[in-house]
Amino acid sequence: MRSRHRTRLVLAPVALLLLLPALPAAAQDRAATLEQGQQLAFDRSKGNCLACHVIEGGESPGNVGPPLMMMQARYPDKSELRAQIWDAHEKNPDSIMPPYGRTYLLQESEIDKVTEFIWSL
Amino acid sequence: MSDFICRITFLFLAASVAAPALAGPQEDLKEFQAFFENRFPDVSMAEFGNGAYAIDENMRENWLATEEFPPYEPMVDEGREAWNRPFANGNTYADCFDGTPGVVQYYPYYDIDKKMVITLPLAINECRAKNGAPALPYGKGEITHVMAYMAFESRGELTDVVSPTCDPNALAAYEAGKEYWYKRQGQFQFSCAHCHKTYAGSKLRTDVLSPGMGHTTHWPVYRADWGEMGTLHRRFSGCLEMVRGRVRDEQSETFRNLEYFLTYMSNGVPLNGPGYRK
Ligand code: HEC
Ligand code: HEC
Repeated sequence: MRSRHRTRLVLAPVALLLLLPALPAAAQDRAATLEQGQQLAFDRSKGNCLACHVIEGGESPGNVGPPLMMMQARYPDKSELRAQIWDAHEKNPDSIMPPYGRTYLLQESEIDKVTEFIWSL
Repeated sequence: MSDFICRITFLFLAASVAAPALAGPQEDLKEFQAFFENRFPDVSMAEFGNGAYAIDENMRENWLATEEFPPYEPMVDEGREAWNRPFANGNTYADCFDGTPGVVQYYPYYDIDKKMVITLPLAINECRAKNGAPALPYGKGEITHVMAYMAFESRGELTDVVSPTCDPNALAAYEAGKEYWYKRQGQFQFSCAHCHKTYAGSKLRTDVLSPGMGHTTHWPVYRADWGEMGTLHRRFSGCLEMVRGRVRDEQSETFRNLEYFLTYMSNGVPLNGPGYRK
């Protein structure tokens, strides 16, 4: 167990070194953005989108809202998706979905990242 | 019984006036209860007082197991002792409550003279003041034990809050409570109605949202999360914190009016307090 652990530790930086130059810088940025977007979406004290939506990769989701999947098919225009997250009440005045942008639950840059992540689903 | 002025006036009114078909508390009550009866056709009137446990099989089983040895039992015993222990002047609580602890079904009520909603905790402290005993702090501790005993002795009685049409000020208090329940609150901009009416029965993460009908029948509650007993108003504050809304004081006018509206919406649902919740 222990020795296998050590090999992994040794190999990890090597693997990274091998991998990094293979990815163009833009793709690395994008991967990081998606990762951060997912974290923001899942974090209970941030987006907590899982409280209401089934999202791939997220545990114990609620079912108050529709599952978030195939988002590019449903939102060809990314800015419409962002608008839904910024203030869902615009489209549906009775919506229970929190208006993340309007009441400052998330910062603008955080909403950008969450939008990227959701759009990737 | 002179405290229940609203009750007597109401009976008089009901007997003397043919009720006009104006939208008011009675119509609200019908709409409210029909909504939940439609959504949960398998849940009986009595079961609504069990909240989420009436609608979720898994949670229900755990809860039933807990109820085998209810964690609130020692508090009911303490409340019984307090009920029987005389104040310095020799009187007991019984002298304030018509001789019986089994009166929870009549609370809250509107006091026309004092122009305010009187809840059970207020009535308990009023009783203590009348008998020279210091007020108990609201929310938890000894006051919840006295309430737990009274709730236990009121089990099976039907929630029986007098219609707020008994008095214009009572009606205004009711309307304020109703408006609050339907209004968006806090940074999340949810209303009580969003979670406990529109989406009642849905899952918010792992929580099953309980129906608003029956919300008032089983207090005080022993909550595992609190590790002790707490009041309905304490639960209100918990929900408001969840939506990052403005929390109010125990027994504030806002919360008393809210309780007045919400309890009237449960008229007819049997009392089943004290309760246990996770
Ligand atoms: C309290 C419940 C709740 C939370 C929390 C919530 N949503 Fe929603 N969401 C809904 C509901 C309900 C709808 C359905 C449409 C409506 O009522 O606005 C919805 C709709 C959506 C839609 C549109 C889906 C479609 O099929 O068009 C998107 C996109 C969305 N939510 C994203 C998010 C993201 C991202 C978050 C977290 C940052 C989030 N939601 C948090 C309840 C919620
Ligand atoms: C974000 C959703 C949400 C909002 C908004 C909300 N609650 Fe709750 N409430 C819950 C959850 C979750 C629970 C615990 C599970 C349950 O019993 O529904 C709960 C429990 C309760 C209970 C205890 C139910 C029982 O069976 O003992 C009461 C009473 C209550 N809420 C009243 C209110 C009131 C009044 C408001 C508005 C001031 C409100 N809630 C707003 C989510 C919410």
